[in-house]
Amino acid sequence: MAFLKRSPWLLHYDASSCNGCDIEVLACLTPLYDVERFGIINTGNPKHADILVITGGINELNRDIVRNIYEQMPEPKVVVAVGICATSGGIFRECYNIVGGVDKVIPVDVYVPGCAARPESIIDGIVTALGILEEKRRTMADRTHAKEEIRKGAEAGS
Amino acid sequence: MNGLLGALLFILLAPLLGGLVAGVDRILTARMQGRVGPPLLQPFYDVGKLFEKENVVVTTAQNFYVLAYLAFIVVSGALFFAGGDLLLVIFAFTLAHVFLVLGAYSVHSPYSHIGAERELIQIMAYEPMIILAAVGLYMVTGSFFTGEIAASTVPVILYLPGVFLGFLTVLTIKLRKSPFDISTSHHAHQEIVKGITTEFSGATLGQIEIAHWYENIFLLGFIYLFFGFNPVLGIAAIAITYFAEIFLDNTTARLRWQAALQSGWAAAAILGILNLAIIGYIMGGA
Repeated sequence: MAFLKRSPWLLHYDASSCNGCDIEVLACLTPLYDVERFGIINTGNPKHADILVITGGINELNRDIVRNIYEQMPEPKVVVAVGICATSGGIFRECYNIVGGVDKVIPVDVYVPGCAARPESIIDGIVTALGILEEKRRTMADRTHAKEEIRKGAEAGS
Repeated sequence: MNGLLGALLFILLAPLLGGLVAGVDRILTARMQGRVGPPLLQPFYDVGKLFEKENVVVTTAQNFYVLAYLAFIVVSGALFFAGGDLLLVIFAFTLAHVFLVLGAYSVHSPYSHIGAERELIQIMAYEPMIILAAVGLYMVTGSFFTGEIAASTVPVILYLPGVFLGFLTVLTIKLRKSPFDISTSHHAHQEIVKGITTEFSGATLGQIEIAHWYENIFLLGFIYLFFGFNPVLGIAAIAITYFAEIFLDNTTARLRWQAALQSGWAAAAILGILNLAIIGYIMGGA
């Protein structure tokens, strides 16, 4: 059963964003866009989250933090980079303290461009991410299943 | 026989009913905020998803404590609906929460520890009033057994209006509704992360969620005891109370733990004890 697509919980992290994309992410939760219709909840806890939404380019101070948050999230998980800074570093990519886009630190599944990214494109990006999330869940389930088969085979053999 | 049936019905139906109540809660909350809100079955999707996720366990003891929490919530609710002793029900209910606190203390996150401390404060805040409610029900109906209290023809609410109001005060704490959702909250974004549930994920968090459903049905069943003389009135009272709790949840900000403790104890001292004193005086005089 695929409950994951119906109940994605977001974790929103601001990695040196100018706050432009941040307020657009939060605008998705307002009555106008109301993403809770799709079961999306903005959590503050990586252990409860399914989708990591990152705004802003990664800088030297928060690269470890971003990786730490990503590693604390239970599988299956996806990462959505929101805004041009998060996808490539944007106009700040030449700055001495900017590492670049989010994909320099952790694997990114969906890029949402824009400066600032509009709520419509953020929602579109997250819905795209849900497809990838479902795909990951299926491969994860298959892998567990395969492991189980191997274990059973070994038990039968011995 | 009847008692066993009640317990069985509770164990089988309470998660379904509790999930539906949670779904209605979320839709009503959304409507009060001018939003459409999630589908009715959203809580079931959430729990289904949690059981699909990887379960990140740092300390294996946490799984045992959370399972014990779920088990004792089910035991206390089943005892309640089987018509068992109200005092035993309350003690089993408290024990369940002690297990949840132990679970939160067994992990290494400071957020979880703060949540556990706040849960203990909540237990301290609501416990006196719940005990007084049981005492009040005994004084009026002459029995601690929920089966006999619910079947009693005495209009309990007329004798215990203060105790009922006091019970509603602590119900806000118990249902984890604002202003007293201090140990964990559905909307704890950027509060103290997620309080007591911070370190739980996957199936373990799903178990906590199911325990909440059982717990909510048990607490709503407790309201019925005050209106046992008229079942229709009892069910109406449950519906109105729950609606009022959702309304309160959406119109108030979260208060500090001191306020939770003060209002819990003030309700017990003023509404509870005063009511019981008056009842004692009337019954003693008669």
